[in-house]
Amino acid sequence: MTAATAAVGRRLPSLGRVSLVRGMIEIKQFARQRENVIFTFSLPIILLLLFGQIFHGEVGHTGVSFRQYFIAGIIASGLMSATFVGVGVSIAADRDDGTLRRLAGTPLQPAAYFAGKAILAFVTAVLEVAALLAVGVAFLGLHLPDSPGRWLTLAWVLALGSATCSMLGIAIGVLIRSTRSAFATMNLPYLVLSFISGVYFVFSRLPAGLQHVAAIFPLKWICQGLRSAFLPDRLLAVEPAHSWEHGKIALVLGIWFVASLVVCVRTFRWQRQGDR
Amino acid sequence: MIAMAEIAAASRRPATSRPGIPGSGECAIRVRGLRKRYRSEAAVDGIDLDIKRGEIFALLGPNGAGKTTTIEILEGHRRRDGGEVSVLGADPAAAGRAWRGRIGIVPQTQIAAGELTVREVVSQFGAYFPDPRDPDEVIGAVGLSSQARTRLRRLSGGQLRRVDVAVGIVGRPELLFLDEPTTGFDPQARRTFWDLIAGLADDGTTIVLTTHYLDEAAALASRVGVLAGGRVVAMGTPADLGRVDDAATVSWQASDGSRTVRTDAPTGYVLALAREAGGEIAGLTVTRPSLEDRYLELIGASQNGATS
Repeated sequence: MTAATAAVGRRLPSLGRVSLVRGMIEIKQFARQRENVIFTFSLPIILLLLFGQIFHGEVGHTGVSFRQYFIAGIIASGLMSATFVGVGVSIAADRDDGTLRRLAGTPLQPAAYFAGKAILAFVTAVLEVAALLAVGVAFLGLHLPDSPGRWLTLAWVLALGSATCSMLGIAIGVLIRSTRSAFATMNLPYLVLSFISGVYFVFSRLPAGLQHVAAIFPLKWICQGLRSAFLPDRLLAVEPAHSWEHGKIALVLGIWFVASLVVCVRTFRWQRQGDR
Repeated sequence: MIAMAEIAAASRRPATSRPGIPGSGECAIRVRGLRKRYRSEAAVDGIDLDIKRGEIFALLGPNGAGKTTTIEILEGHRRRDGGEVSVLGADPAAAGRAWRGRIGIVPQTQIAAGELTVREVVSQFGAYFPDPRDPDEVIGAVGLSSQARTRLRRLSGGQLRRVDVAVGIVGRPELLFLDEPTTGFDPQARRTFWDLIAGLADDGTTIVLTTHYLDEAAALASRVGVLAGGRVVAMGTPADLGRVDDAATVSWQASDGSRTVRTDAPTGYVLALAREAGGEIAGLTVTRPSLEDRYLELIGASQNGATS
């Protein structure tokens, strides 16, 4: 039997199978880099504990402490950090160390490579959120969602938010020139959005202009979705639309997800033009 | 210096294409007038190649001769500026995933040493191909069985290079590209590697490698293309390249100092000398240019046009 005859009639492995292989590889690589794991998980937890000590008072006359409002925001922010920033930086690293070039020499589809990144991002986001919830409940008086409906809200906001931020991270990550500039490049939009999306400040107290800008981007909607999972409906008094707007959250996140997916699929090249 | 006889003895491949290989005789690779420029420098300046299925073909040349540029264009990793290229019946610049599933690549750069184990890396790459080899067999073939569970970060440079080879062959490629595969190997490791490549060729894999080691090309390849300054300056079997139709050089010690004569008929010349000397000729040597001399002459002739 020769190589030539053996290959005849064999199909390329399915996208689903290869995506899982990529996902496992990404998870193993991430989990074995101790500094990376510690950095990714500890920063939001430190921020949570730090600001939990600083922030006091109640949001409007809703009876909701600002601390709790802030916890929902920092969970959203932690989710974006684990997905958007993490994915963007890791793609730049893959380009830098020749991983992309090597994968380019195989039949691997870019979609499976993206899916692997998204799987890792989802797993880290879930762990991140679980860690933040544990710290919030243990030290800062956060209440876990009190009905199946709210748990369901938490689940879909988490899944859709993580998928959207991962895709955005890929779309931006492929443009980055080197690992050294990756952290700065990914952190700029992440930090700016954190400040205007209702993480560190009550969203409806921000200047109207900033609110409009924030409403274009996903993080504001993830924050709002998580508040609807964790905080009582009394808070609706200070929400901009006096409603949790679940439909709109799903719509905005869905549009961002599809748009970044299309950008990734249409613009992604394993290698830069200049390198060819 | 490597004498011709040693080259011939070291050669594991018969010079002709081997019979009994299905598809043998067909072209695996056909290149006509290939050109590539980097800014104003021509890296590849009009190359023609015909590489048959089942063949081990070596692109031999000094650094900057255009070997890597050529092999990367064949792999579909680099765009060409001109010429026709067909690899396994497709244009590499436009070929799809099914085509990628039929080739294997060992690039010049070493795999990034990370936190994955040898086995994880090899089986990962196998999983992308339609009909992969067993990862453990491949790891055994490159001699890393006892490092299978070691993370790449802990491997030596030579061991990482063997991971590169394992990754290149795990997809059971019909056509394997190797870009300077043994750079940095010790002599023992090179021998083992040559045996591995010869074994793959016996299984029907077409192999294209670049090297700047003359002995590697001579020991491994059924045919060699010598590249210099982006052009093919010689092409043929290792025996063809070393064929001696040049004049021999006869040197000896005469009473008034050393003498050197170039002649097409050294035997007669030495007989005449012996008669003249009436016995032993002091310090007699008869030499012909070695394969290495020929090679250095070939690439030296076009060094003025060489680019990097």
